[in-house]
Amino acid sequence: MTNKKILEIKNLHVEVDGKEILKGINLTLDVGKVNALMGPNGSGKSTLVNTIMGHPKYKITKGKIIFGGKDVTNFTPDKRAKLGIFLSFQYPREISGVSVSKFLKATSKEINPNFSLFEFKKKLKENSELVEIPNEMTERYLNDGFSGGEKKKNEILQMLMLDPKLVMLDETDSGLDVDSLKTVAKGVNALMNNKKCIFIITHYKRILEYIKPDKIFIMLNGKIVLDGDGKLADELEEKGYGWIEED
Amino acid sequence: MTGKIQQAYAMKNKEDLIFKSPEGLTEELVRKISEDKNEPEWMLKKRLQALKIFNEKPMPNWGPSLKDLDLNKIHFYMRPNAKNSRSWDDVPKEIKETFDKLGIPEAEKNALGGVGAQYESETIYHNLKKDLEKKGVIFTDCDTGLKEHEELFKKYFMTKCISPNLHKFSALHGAVWSGGTFIYIPKNVKVEIPLQAYFRMNATKGGQFEHTLIIADEGSELHYIEGCSAPEYLESSLHAGGVEIYVMKNARVRYSSIENWSKNTFNLNTKRAVVEENGIIEWVNGNLGSHTTMLYPCSVLNGKNSKSDYIGIAYAGNGQYQDTGCKIYHLNKNTSSTVLSKGISVDGGVSSYRGLVKINSGATDSKSSVRCDGLMLDNKSKAMTLPSMDVNENQVEVSHEAAVGKVGEEDLFYLMSRGLPESEAIKLIVSGFIEPVVKALPLEYAVELNKLIELEIENSVC
Repeated sequence: MTNKKILEIKNLHVEVDGKEILKGINLTLDVGKVNALMGPNGSGKSTLVNTIMGHPKYKITKGKIIFGGKDVTNFTPDKRAKLGIFLSFQYPREISGVSVSKFLKATSKEINPNFSLFEFKKKLKENSELVEIPNEMTERYLNDGFSGGEKKKNEILQMLMLDPKLVMLDETDSGLDVDSLKTVAKGVNALMNNKKCIFIITHYKRILEYIKPDKIFIMLNGKIVLDGDGKLADELEEKGYGWIEED
Repeated sequence: MTGKIQQAYAMKNKEDLIFKSPEGLTEELVRKISEDKNEPEWMLKKRLQALKIFNEKPMPNWGPSLKDLDLNKIHFYMRPNAKNSRSWDDVPKEIKETFDKLGIPEAEKNALGGVGAQYESETIYHNLKKDLEKKGVIFTDCDTGLKEHEELFKKYFMTKCISPNLHKFSALHGAVWSGGTFIYIPKNVKVEIPLQAYFRMNATKGGQFEHTLIIADEGSELHYIEGCSAPEYLESSLHAGGVEIYVMKNARVRYSSIENWSKNTFNLNTKRAVVEENGIIEWVNGNLGSHTTMLYPCSVLNGKNSKSDYIGIAYAGNGQYQDTGCKIYHLNKNTSSTVLSKGISVDGGVSSYRGLVKINSGATDSKSSVRCDGLMLDNKSKAMTLPSMDVNENQVEVSHEAAVGKVGEEDLFYLMSRGLPESEAIKLIVSGFIEPVVKALPLEYAVELNKLIELEIENSVC
């Protein structure tokens, strides 16, 4: 059973600018599963995924993050990425002067020790087509002047190129029209298999209609207070969070 | 590739000089230089006049400090042990090895018009493609130019472009100038391949005062590329070159230069272009090396509809101060200028953009747009922008944008979250920051500049 666990978070406490945001998170994610994390604004969802990715702003004061059996609590973000952790950003950064393809080539070289330019180009073409990114867009500067939808599709293109084991989507669905949402879902579903794990942060069950969750976690005030199967999302949509009590 | 560059910068040839002047500057030395070069009397007079101005002018009291520059400890003149030569075979072996490491013969193979390489203070190697000679293009060293085209020199050499009166170091240059490049492009001749000159200084405490004189006659076109790299040495060194460009009616000149003097050099260079009606001057100005740089390429837009475009990049690492920028004088109607400048500071380095746009009364319908950005890679470093505007005419369009910032934590995190180690992420951000400048460079330069900056970042960040 233990080899199914891809991510284990043990009693995680996190501070930002001296204020405690995560107050003892315990969470286990298994391979082959789609998970969703829901909760009201300010409950700490983004903090959790950014901490898992290793953002230096988020200070871990207590607890551990174990990924693939390895304690990665003190790893830099690039080391975590190399192990197979991926975060689709809620607000992807605009990096002027660096084209998408140049950036992807640089990251692919880091992630894949057997990098081949021929394979890279082939993969870039296939994956761009899959998420409906035109070729010329990969020659544009990274997220610079991209629309909201283009930015999110570009995140999914990066995910496909890096082929991670754990995919965290931080409100990737926010602000997307239904066509873009379907495209994003298509990309994520194409990556998914029984060796991977998806972790979706969302406010709405809409994305969960296209990427079916096996498990839903609810977060309130820095703690995970409830989990359940996919049906939990319907209940939340109907009743909001008010009925859930902390502890 | 990186290893090769490192090696090239660390190497230093055995000094092999016929004549090396004693330290310091005297009238006797100025006379000696002129006599040694067998110059006409008027040039000697010009030198002595410049020396007088030099002695009278005060040191600049603004910008970077020059207190560590001891002018009494500089050798103002030296000659390498080689005669001017056209053929690669004639170049002494030791010097050839140095050039080899810097890739000069390869550059030549790549059909870069001609190669003029200055070793120490004198040109030793000049090669001009035959088809250019047929078109009447003159591409030679300044000493030969003075001998063979004395009338042109009388008219254009340090007269209305760079006067010795400009500042202390233009006066110094006028007194002790030696070597450099002379280019004349006849009317309506378009030189399609860039002409390129490499020069470098090598001897300890070597001062280099090369002069570049470019005359682009009416309707002509030229791209001239100048690059410098100097190996490391310890004592304080001075570079005070002079670049004069005459862009006649309807002519167009692009002047590209990446200067990478060794980290103890004071680079106090003067570059100026006078542009006549419908003429265009384009400056590509890169400053990576040296201890202190004070360099402000200047365009004097003298003719109607004349134009100046400036692209600059400066990199200041530990102990370095790069003070650079563009000066533009709009003297006539419908003149226009653009400036795009990028400065990078790292490891305590200081990079500042110091520029001036002056629009005279009567220069109606003139336009100027200035953009200068500074990027600091850490908290120890400084980036500044000091653009001045002096507009004396109402009917003009002037715009100015400046952005100074630090490499953002969020940007770094984003790139690192995709597997890039911190140093690689920084390199990528820097390469993006300078991309608008690199894009405008000739390919050979773009590659070289990227490599140099990557190497600099590796040395300072990692």
